[in-house]
Amino acid sequence: MDVQIWTYIIVGITFSIYIGIAIGARAGSTKEFYVAGGGVSPLANGLATAADWMSAASFLGLAGIISFSGRDGSVYLMGWTGGYVLLALLLAPYLRKFGKFTVPDFVGDRYYSQTARIIAVICALFISFTYVAGQMRGVGIVFSRFLQVDITWGVIMGMAIVFFYAVLGGMKGITYTQVAQYCVLIFAFTVPAVYISLMLTDNPIPQLGFGADLVDEPGMSLLDKLDGLSEELGFNKYTQGQKGTMDTFFITMALMVGTAGLPHVIVRFFTVPKVSDARKSGLYALVFIAILYTMAPAVSAFARTNLLATIPGATYKEVPQWFKKWENAGLISWVDKNKDGKIKYGPGIAFGENADGKLKPQLLFDKSGELQRGKNNEVILYNTPSKNSNELYIDKDIIVLANPEIAGLPDWVIALVAAGGLAAALSTAAGLLLVISTSVAHDLIKKSINPNISERGELIAARLAAVGAVLVAGYFGINPPDYVAAVVALAFGLAAASFFPILILGIFSKKINKQGAIAGMLVGLISTLTYIVYFKFINVADNKPENWLFGISPEGFGTFGMILNFIITVTVSKFTPEPPQEVQNMVEALRYPGEAKK
Amino acid sequence: MKQSDKTLYWKKNLKYLLILLSIWFFVSFVLGVFFVDYLDGVKKTANGIVEDPESIFHGFRLGGFKLGFWIGQQGAVYVFVLIILIYVILMNKLDKKFNIEEKEIKTSDH
Repeated sequence: MDVQIWTYIIVGITFSIYIGIAIGARAGSTKEFYVAGGGVSPLANGLATAADWMSAASFLGLAGIISFSGRDGSVYLMGWTGGYVLLALLLAPYLRKFGKFTVPDFVGDRYYSQTARIIAVICALFISFTYVAGQMRGVGIVFSRFLQVDITWGVIMGMAIVFFYAVLGGMKGITYTQVAQYCVLIFAFTVPAVYISLMLTDNPIPQLGFGADLVDEPGMSLLDKLDGLSEELGFNKYTQGQKGTMDTFFITMALMVGTAGLPHVIVRFFTVPKVSDARKSGLYALVFIAILYTMAPAVSAFARTNLLATIPGATYKEVPQWFKKWENAGLISWVDKNKDGKIKYGPGIAFGENADGKLKPQLLFDKSGELQRGKNNEVILYNTPSKNSNELYIDKDIIVLANPEIAGLPDWVIALVAAGGLAAALSTAAGLLLVISTSVAHDLIKKSINPNISERGELIAARLAAVGAVLVAGYFGINPPDYVAAVVALAFGLAAASFFPILILGIFSKKINKQGAIAGMLVGLISTLTYIVYFKFINVADNKPENWLFGISPEGFGTFGMILNFIITVTVSKFTPEPPQEVQNMVEALRYPGEAKK
Repeated sequence: MKQSDKTLYWKKNLKYLLILLSIWFFVSFVLGVFFVDYLDGVKKTANGIVEDPESIFHGFRLGGFKLGFWIGQQGAVYVFVLIILIYVILMNKLDKKFNIEEKEIKTSDH
């Protein structure tokens, strides 16, 4: 059996499981649709949160980013896990005690203000739409790479699956499919990682293996070898960081706080029965996330070592089969600048922009649709070679995608990686779509426009909103806006600068009032939005450290917006009337998980 | 629950939070960001990154890893898990001590 048949079989089986679960877990009420009836066990919720959180970017992208940035990649590892400490300690238990359906619910009630609720809804919708477009794109890419399906059809298939369990099952359906998806994605990530760790270092645990000595060179540790190889080729040492300290601080903080402010993550904690369960599921969630997040940097180091040890200096004729396969897919490209037939790899970008103005290889085809090839039989490109001596382009996604082939693993493992990538993308997409449909049906229609809507009417509205959201997400998946990568920074920055401070202050202080919260949210939102949009969209050429405010990059600016939000909210609240007594009583009640036993 | 008990319970909770969040901040930012080069036994200079023989961690390896690198890519994540674990244990104990009986919270619109 070849890879493709294996992929059809494994993806087919996993999809049948998801659909089976969806049919078994149909939502019958709005409570089931929004928060799975509030009866999910902490373990199941931890698994679902982990799948919800880990997207196509975590599964395919994370190891790749670290592989190319070495120690500087730590910001993502710490940033995307440290937020769970904030969630489990500062937010989840209290928001659970509050006992409503959504984050805007809390903001609207705590700040006794329809305006605050609407601003929160807008933030939630914006963050979720930003995020979901990337997920649908991820689904399309996995389909097209592994099953040779057109990206459009890949996205449509992904939409059909998500449609099935998100629209029918709501949160109840999503929760149990996410549990299954976590199992699929973690298995798919672990199998190749363990194999490669064994091959390189004889240690079956990748987390330990990447500090161990190489099998081929006793006494030489893998990381020392990697540092040496990197320096030989003119790269910085893998284990040294180049990023400025202050900027690293701001980015790490923005990612942590942003994680804790993401509505689709927070809402997962509304699905467990008790406050103590909310704390526990925070623990489970981080344990399950940590399994992948501690393995990813090991995979990065293994892949980088393999790559640097085998490819640079080799002639094109001797490169392994996987190199040629991914070259045909445009994920690896080689331009023989010095005409010596050997692959030279070093710092710098190997070639200029393609016809769309992007730094991606553009393959050339002849009239019969065959790839055009050069003297060494390598794939040739539309892009003009750049002036530096680097001849090699490697796409970041390759690190996880090609890992099984680089390690020479059996075909079913490759198929498993495809199913894992799909599980990661679909689970995150579903969680986001649910936030969107809840925001529209519950926060906008029920709480703002038509409070008299019946339970049935609201459930229908929620399903219709989910349908609408799936269609919009699919559209963006098929016609991705150029800025998908740039908007991720925006989503985190906005979550950090808008939600986080007013949630924390709303829980831990009784005196913070609606004037403070509205002013704080608006200032945090607008300052962060302006800064990121200016450097990422309007004046991209100016996006350099010397132009940044206090040396903070757009990725880290959410931290600054958050601090501003805190200051403004507290100051404005000091000079305006206290919140009504009943609101202060509500805050007081959040602090105790229950009543004393009689 | 008596008001005095409530106040005491909340104060205890805040104390736990303060201690645990200080650890969180120390590990992620003090060790993982500000002193990471020192823990790796290197320093940033005008001529790039050089070995720093003055660092007491110079030449130190933890299972093959330089300390700062390990904290950033592994250690911090383990500490985060531990922090939440300790919080869960502490709070469950506190709930017990104050005899707090948790009922299922009724999620509702009203």
